[in-house]
Amino acid sequence: MAIIKLSEDKVRVIKDICASFGNKSGEIINVLHQVQGRFGYLSAEVQEEVAHELNMSVAKVYGIVSFYSFFTMQPKGEHPIDVCLGTACYVRGAEKVLDAFSRQLNVKIGECTPDGKFSLNTLRCVGACGLAPVAMIGDKVYGRLTPDMIPGIIAEYNN
Amino acid sequence: MINLTIDNKPVQVEEGTTILKAARKAGIHIPTLCHYELKGMKLENRPGGCRVCVVEVKGRRNLAPACATDCMEGMEVFTHSARVVNARRTVVELILSDHPADCLTCAKSGECELQSLAQYLGIRDIPFKGEQSHYRADFSPSIVRDMDKCIMCRRCETMCNKFQTVGALSGVNRGFKAVVAPAFEQDLQDSPCTFCGQCVMACPVGALTEVDHTRQVINAINDPKKTVVVQTAPAVRVALGEEFGMQPGEIVTGKMAAALRRLGFDYVFDTDFAADLTIMEEGTELLGRISKAMAGDKSVRLPILTSCCPGWVNFFEHNFPDMLDVPSTAKSPQQMFGAITKSYWAQKMGLKREDIVCVSIMPCVAKKYECQRDEFKVDGNPDVDYSLTTRELARFIKQYNLNLKDLPVEDFDSPLGQSTGAAVIFGTTGGVIEAATRTAYEVFTGKKLDKVDFTELRGMEGIRDAHVDFNGTDIHIGIAHGLSNARRLLEMVRNGEAQFHAIEVMACPGGCVGGAGQPYHHGNTEIIQKRADALYREDAGKPIRKSHENPDIQTLYKEFLGEPCGHLSHELLHTHYFDRTDKVVIEGK
Repeated sequence: MAIIKLSEDKVRVIKDICASFGNKSGEIINVLHQVQGRFGYLSAEVQEEVAHELNMSVAKVYGIVSFYSFFTMQPKGEHPIDVCLGTACYVRGAEKVLDAFSRQLNVKIGECTPDGKFSLNTLRCVGACGLAPVAMIGDKVYGRLTPDMIPGIIAEYNN
Repeated sequence: MINLTIDNKPVQVEEGTTILKAARKAGIHIPTLCHYELKGMKLENRPGGCRVCVVEVKGRRNLAPACATDCMEGMEVFTHSARVVNARRTVVELILSDHPADCLTCAKSGECELQSLAQYLGIRDIPFKGEQSHYRADFSPSIVRDMDKCIMCRRCETMCNKFQTVGALSGVNRGFKAVVAPAFEQDLQDSPCTFCGQCVMACPVGALTEVDHTRQVINAINDPKKTVVVQTAPAVRVALGEEFGMQPGEIVTGKMAAALRRLGFDYVFDTDFAADLTIMEEGTELLGRISKAMAGDKSVRLPILTSCCPGWVNFFEHNFPDMLDVPSTAKSPQQMFGAITKSYWAQKMGLKREDIVCVSIMPCVAKKYECQRDEFKVDGNPDVDYSLTTRELARFIKQYNLNLKDLPVEDFDSPLGQSTGAAVIFGTTGGVIEAATRTAYEVFTGKKLDKVDFTELRGMEGIRDAHVDFNGTDIHIGIAHGLSNARRLLEMVRNGEAQFHAIEVMACPGGCVGGAGQPYHHGNTEIIQKRADALYREDAGKPIRKSHENPDIQTLYKEFLGEPCGHLSHELLHTHYFDRTDKVVIEGK
């Protein structure tokens, strides 16, 4: 018997999302999309609660989460950083920008800072190739980045 | 009806029949690997994933998987054309390229379907060299998972989810990393696994096997300070012979007793004795509840559920936490036997509990878990020390250069070796409740039964429903085997859709005769049926066929226990159940 600890509002959010899909197990993908949209990632605890609400086994839910690359069990920070590694950004030095974020925050790709503020990921092309290399922090796009700009950008969010 | 030809042979089949089934009907062998079917039990795994059963269909560009392709009018199928045979060999070579070649030490060797396929196809070399997948091995009290050997046939997943509705296993991850595992790839022990072991029975390779306790038993036998007692479950005696080339359903009770004695067990007893004892306790509990309910007591919970099957006990602890007071509190025969051996018999023999090692031979892998449960220990010393499967016993016998066939027929030792026909049928679906009915009828009505056979309780239907006339009182009995059937029956009870007095549940297909510790049947349910038939034959040949007439049981109550469901019985022979569901709790509350 496992005891799964979740905060009251998280449980509420999950219950509401599941209910909006009629608590049907066939809607699992839609449910997981929405839940991840709200929490940024799908923790084991969250998957347990989703399984419970949709009356399916946790193993099946995890099977789906681990199969589709869109779903992630890695926590996202309050300010998720996505560095574009599309062709245009890449040839204009995106890798060095990525390294600079990684060094500045002391996290690897896919990880989150211990204080939960920042997480670092990569993506392919946000359609702003004219500004390459590009990174997004939350919804905000930063263009023409160079490694020496990174500490300043991070500082904006730390204040 | 649909007409087609398979290897130029005309075949007529019903619409919706797969090429594989049509070929089998026509007596044409198509090799399979991922395909697994329990005929007559509504279970078929055919993901069409392994591609071993591919056949050539005239006019079709690709080869078709026979297990997942329906027959069409006028189809011309070729099962062994050069193209098919080549493709089949390549498929198996590719599977082997990511499979450890450790057949010499593999527990499934000799029973492995991949091994026999490689032999059948004459594969002498694996031309594809590449990366191999590695996973952490997972040891639970009953089952070992060595996923390096997994070939992703998904038979275990189908058994766990469709047949048993346990939901412990699922296919996880994708591509090269794909594997069948519990949620979050945690250990089986932390999942809702019931240890029924039907995944082990279904696994074509050595990825899932039972934990082997033979060595511990051999050590105990060779320890001069220990008195080693063995008990054998009813279903073992009608299956063990298969491991020695005998026909399924050949009864080897006496030869098995002889073998156990030659292996060095000090006392060869019978779980059937404890099965008779179970009937005394469970039957008394059943009658108590029925009488109270008839007298208008609303607090009585009916139906009573049998509690002999440890897979079933684990299942309701995980899935029906609101109904934990419904099952009988009687321990299983294995545990009753252990408790009596280490109390009554120990006293009689002047032995200390710690000096007795109690071994059970079971058709089951969940029994390994059951005997390790804390509530079945006294100061850390378990009532039953080790539980071996029928397969482990067969290996043990062979290792000691004994051939079961050549051994004389011997009797069990006294007093824990005497049993009735009622106890023998414990090993098949419907048997426990029939045994209980024989005793309950006579106690309830005060009359002798003219005929002890309750054929209405027998059969292989997944869910059965029967009425027995207790001298004017109608007793409604439900029977389920396979946990999906048990779940359906229990949900009906929970929702008030059905009223039963008693329900018998066994987790495995056909009951213990189809248990996961039995010789591998590879999905052949006829073998299970033959073992069940043999138990009824053994029962019919017994001089005493009602548990309460077992003279050694009567002596046990007279000398030691007092009354069924009395004070000492409650202490030694009854148990309680736990809520094992995952609980979502609100943080900070």
